[in-house]
Amino acid sequence: MTMTQTITKPAVTDERVGKRNPLQKLLGRPEVGALVGAIVLFVFFASVSQTFTQPNAFATVLYGSSTIGIMAVGVSLLMIGGEFDLSTGVAVISSALTASMFSWYFSMNVWVGVVLALVVSLGIGYINGWILMKTKLPSFIVTLATFLMLTGLNLGLTRMIGGGVSSPSISSMDGYQAARAIFASSVNIAGVDVNNTVFIWIALVAVASWVLLRTKVGNWIFAVGGDANAARAVGVPVKATKIGLFMAVGFCGWILGMHNLFAFDAVQSGEGVGNEFLYIIAAVIGGCLLTGGYGSAVGGAIGAFIFGMANKGIVYAQWNPDWFKFFLGLMLLLATIVNLIVKRRADSSKG
Amino acid sequence: MDAKQIDQQELLRDEKDPLTHTPVHLLSLESVGKHYGNIVALTDVTMAVDNGRVTCVLGDNGAGKSTLIKIIAGLHQHDEGVLHIMGEERRFDSPRDALDAGIATVYQDLAVVPLMPIWRNFFLGSELTTGFGPFKRMDVQAMKDITKKELADMGIDLRDVEQPIGQLSGGERQCVAIARAVYFGAKVLILDEPTAALGVKQSGVVLRYILQARDRGLGVIFITHNPHHAFPVGDRFLLLKRGKSIGYYDKKDITIDELTAQMAGGAELAELAHELEQLGGHTDVVKEVQAEVAGVADSKADTGRASA
Repeated sequence: MTMTQTITKPAVTDERVGKRNPLQKLLGRPEVGALVGAIVLFVFFASVSQTFTQPNAFATVLYGSSTIGIMAVGVSLLMIGGEFDLSTGVAVISSALTASMFSWYFSMNVWVGVVLALVVSLGIGYINGWILMKTKLPSFIVTLATFLMLTGLNLGLTRMIGGGVSSPSISSMDGYQAARAIFASSVNIAGVDVNNTVFIWIALVAVASWVLLRTKVGNWIFAVGGDANAARAVGVPVKATKIGLFMAVGFCGWILGMHNLFAFDAVQSGEGVGNEFLYIIAAVIGGCLLTGGYGSAVGGAIGAFIFGMANKGIVYAQWNPDWFKFFLGLMLLLATIVNLIVKRRADSSKG
Repeated sequence: MDAKQIDQQELLRDEKDPLTHTPVHLLSLESVGKHYGNIVALTDVTMAVDNGRVTCVLGDNGAGKSTLIKIIAGLHQHDEGVLHIMGEERRFDSPRDALDAGIATVYQDLAVVPLMPIWRNFFLGSELTTGFGPFKRMDVQAMKDITKKELADMGIDLRDVEQPIGQLSGGERQCVAIARAVYFGAKVLILDEPTAALGVKQSGVVLRYILQARDRGLGVIFITHNPHHAFPVGDRFLLLKRGKSIGYYDKKDITIDELTAQMAGGAELAELAHELEQLGGHTDVVKEVQAEVAGVADSKADTGRASA
């Protein structure tokens, strides 16, 4: 650092702050890159396909987005808190399997299974977080191990208890219809059937945004992701915050697991592998930094929406769905480049 | 900087502090020592901290400065001697203990989370909340206002407290951390090498905030290896070398040249004096240093040279 630098810099800062207008403020938001991408994608599909903008088709896009978006809420928060979870895809299936197998095996009301599934989902989150804080290993390794173990447990226990690769049908059991009405039915709005998951998704995004931006827990989430040592030094409960985040991911997994179960009446034990990346991709497209400390719940939702649009839009445009993954990869690359620029700008120290 | 000077002997012997007229020191160490196994890290260190006074701890790497702070900040416990807080003998079991006793430590690089806005950093770990039950939320407006006001009171003029703190310079970040400690009711402020990673101008800014904290009535412990930073702001100087106190001076009993000489050892004195001359006239800090040197030189006495 030279003298000239330090003397000239304050003047530069003044100039920049003076010119800062609402547009520039908006551009400083984490989800802005994703928002622009979503608008471009929407206009694009609307112009190449007439069906895309019709209410029914749009409701389908929203439904597709919500099944990713519900998980993306938890995964975004976790990523802001500086951690990964690779076990989410199969943990969703573990939750669904727990509910169905337990209710079926003991012939109990399915609500007992649903509650037990919640306990299991939160438990998986707790164990992930606890091992992480105890061993101080990277979350990539810890949750990769959980991912593999859960994949094996899903297959093994389902075959051991039910004797097949899918859970037995529970459609005739007590409480099934009530649970289905909550987790997997749809509401008719102006002639369009909108799945309940869309409303659950929106509610989760709203709650997560509020927690993140307006509560002290939200402050802690940003802090543990941004600099865990600094956070610890000023008295933030780092361990509890991180474990809590893994449990929040578990909670989201439980909701999606219950949807998967009650949308049909059985679950395939081998499902879910690979989905964890979709949730992470949604969060990253939405502006969450892989290194933590930066991002938003709304961003993750927009990321999921982009995913839903690309997924269904290709079908409505009557293209070969083979191209879908290419689109997804391109979006991911563009989004991470935008994030990189944001991070550099925030990190640029004048000292 | 203060017309009234402390008589060092009186200060250490008497029950009453001649400056503040309070019966005892805010914090004092008497013959404190610490060893890790058979390695002696610190031995026989005596020092005092008072309201509105800056006590500087000087020493090179490995002199025992870190061990000394860790004892005061509650990270380690001393093995010998006594630690008094407001005249009461204390031994801190944890950093939380020390914080509760009003001792705040600002570490050089542990101060802030760079990506978070300034106001979030300011209140991190001690957020203000409003509302009840599930609707309990942060009082964002109040937190922003207080941050702005507290920083303004410290003389830090920020246009936007929403700015990520990483955009501030190193010196400004230290100042936010100092302002935070002051706001949350610290009585003793320990600054661990706040100027070590900073340039000359930035160091000057931090030194000014040290004086601000002092003028607000805090007892400041300023750890540094740079006598040119310590001398302009300090009221007392504790020199450490290899875990031992090699001198404890009152400002009137020592000049900056002597301080530098003590730290460096006699052989390097000439070289350092030359270096000091070269620095002369470049910054406010050195100007201030020179003024202090001139002022103190008149009343300079040999009694300041303690037997090490």
